[in-house]
Amino acid sequence: MPESNMDLVASVILILVKIGVFFALFMLILAYLTLVERRFLGFFQERYGPNRVGWQGLLQPIADGIKMFMKEEVTVTGANKGVYILAPIVFVAAALMTFSVIPFGNVIWPATMEIGGRVYNFTLANANRGVIADVNVAMLIVFGISSIGIYGLIMAGWGSNNKYALLGGVRASAVMISYELAAGLALIGVVMTTGSMSLMDIVEFQGGYWFGFIPKWFCFTQPLAFVIFLIAIFAETGRTPFDFTECENELVAGYQMEYSSMKFALFYLAEYGHMLAASALMVTFFLGGWQGPFVNAPVLKYFLPVIYFCTKTFVLVFFFVWVRATYPRFRYDLLMKLGWKVLLPATLVNILISPITMKLFGHL
Amino acid sequence: MAEPEVKSNQAKRTHGETETMEINMGPQHPSTHGVFRAVVELDGETVVKVVPHLGYLHRGIEKIAENRTYHQVIPLTDRLDYMAGASNNLGYCLTVEKLLGIEVPPRGQYIRVILTELSRISSHLFWAGANAHDLGAMTPFFFMVREREQILFFLEMITGSRLTPSFFRIGGMSKDLPPEFRDECMKFVKAFPPRVDEYETLLTENKIWKSRTQGVGYLSAEDCIKLGISGPMARAAGIDWDLRKNQPYSGYDKFDFKPAVYHGCDAYDRYRVRMMEMRQSNEIIRQALESLPEGDHSVTMKGALKPPEGEVYMAIEAPRGELGFYIVSDGTAQPFRMKVRAPTFVNLQSLPKMCEGKLFSDMVAALSSVDLVLAEVDR
Repeated sequence: MPESNMDLVASVILILVKIGVFFALFMLILAYLTLVERRFLGFFQERYGPNRVGWQGLLQPIADGIKMFMKEEVTVTGANKGVYILAPIVFVAAALMTFSVIPFGNVIWPATMEIGGRVYNFTLANANRGVIADVNVAMLIVFGISSIGIYGLIMAGWGSNNKYALLGGVRASAVMISYELAAGLALIGVVMTTGSMSLMDIVEFQGGYWFGFIPKWFCFTQPLAFVIFLIAIFAETGRTPFDFTECENELVAGYQMEYSSMKFALFYLAEYGHMLAASALMVTFFLGGWQGPFVNAPVLKYFLPVIYFCTKTFVLVFFFVWVRATYPRFRYDLLMKLGWKVLLPATLVNILISPITMKLFGHL
Repeated sequence: MAEPEVKSNQAKRTHGETETMEINMGPQHPSTHGVFRAVVELDGETVVKVVPHLGYLHRGIEKIAENRTYHQVIPLTDRLDYMAGASNNLGYCLTVEKLLGIEVPPRGQYIRVILTELSRISSHLFWAGANAHDLGAMTPFFFMVREREQILFFLEMITGSRLTPSFFRIGGMSKDLPPEFRDECMKFVKAFPPRVDEYETLLTENKIWKSRTQGVGYLSAEDCIKLGISGPMARAAGIDWDLRKNQPYSGYDKFDFKPAVYHGCDAYDRYRVRMMEMRQSNEIIRQALESLPEGDHSVTMKGALKPPEGEVYMAIEAPRGELGFYIVSDGTAQPFRMKVRAPTFVNLQSLPKMCEGKLFSDMVAALSSVDLVLAEVDR
């Protein structure tokens, strides 16, 4: 085997290991996010939340998982079977796929390593970087995938032969289409400043400090885009105050009404997946991603960025929970009004302002 | 104006027009609070027509009452509006007392007022929490249930029962207040107003809350009077009518309070009326505790209770509006006929008027602002 091919094999193995570990951890984190949300809601609401199964309820997600497995698989009469079954798969796949381009760390493996008397190169296809696929149009991929996710909801609403589910699906599609526009346009400023759509580049651009202590994050240079993106992403993930798609008190459970057992569990997981992905995107675009102090220190550089990224993402997840505990639900038509008449023009203003500030102050 | 032509969905389909969708809201829908069912016709998200269906919780309480002695009816009244059991007890006992011509001793009247106002607060707390939950805010519910729990604890301390006290007797109360009650309740009364402030910080000035409730479920004062709406719904439409003030009973004329009246006619003002009423009920309890007279808590009744022949109507201001009892006596130990004028049954009539032509989301808000207790509607 030629020498370079051995490097390729080494890199591919590293990538596969990375994907495997990432996937396993990700599913585990998703399961535990349900616990995190329930416990935090408990704290906000002067009650305990689940704390019976295991110490502090730590085994609760596992118990829930087992329960979900044991439940009866129900397919409603009159359901469009193919669509009905495909819907949760599409939805959960979209939630997982978003993470393929989000950088969760800087360098997580040495560039070269000597194994068995031979030096292997791990830098092919960025295998040693903290991202599964460093694509140069990553941002477009993110939006493409989230659009596919909407199909999951529409299919669930359509396929389950239920009027409430249909209403939920229709609402979901309308909301997501309008808010994806605002979210996408809000990021134009970021892309303009960075000059790249690769999320790794965007994160790397946010390194360094002003006056030695204010990090050069986009939330400071693009405050308007930050706020718009935050609102839009709440709508896109269908979280309170924009949770019309489920909307217990109007649509009973919305699109997921007729799902049971693991199909329901997939929807449930995917929702948390979307929330996590949304938080990770916020962190990547506006809060400096894995950037933080000492990211270039000798040994620390392998895991410190990952810790920064996870911490920041967790803070945002907490923010999602906090908002859920605080706000009532918006009304559907008001949301559409907000999206088209407030957020969209605001993003256009932002697109107008960004180049002007860039021209005036340079890249800050 | 000519009646608009009503087309069937089939006809619309052939003409390429949009169809309406009929959905069945309830009897197991989460925001109907019990077993209320409405068949709603939707055009997209807009409500075209609402047809309420009642009777899923009908237990025939009025008929059962005809086979019970006057005292045996009291536990039945608890099961009408179970959120405020004491109010129903009071309404029924006052009606029979009016028939008999009995006056309850002052201490008994004060204890009645305390219990009734406590249950009014508890009922309003639960309503406000459930209303907030209907509009998607989870947390207020848990805060409000916390205080409600304390009230239920007091009810248990006095009556031995949390939800259905059945503690009132014709001619007074079953027992006197327990000795430790006064201090305990005083503590609660002092701590309660700041708690109401706390709820209000979550909702009253919240932009989203306002946008969801202001102008929603509009019902003008004129419509209220036409439909016979009473209670907080009427007071939110600017009708200054509170039976505690306008037709005082059970010693309410001795307390200093002012009915909460707002003029918004919408769900937001119904919320504000009830928040204000909680504060006032709290104030009434404080006054009652401070000036609690000594003496008997009940008149002594001898032998079987056989009211004279005749008929009587007596209404009180229950948390949901005018709760009236109409009793016909034929001189025997059992009522010949008992009719309950349930406030929510009457108030619920306004639902189609409030909802038709509005959004489906607004229908949930409007329905919630009625403060439904289906046990009372269906009886």
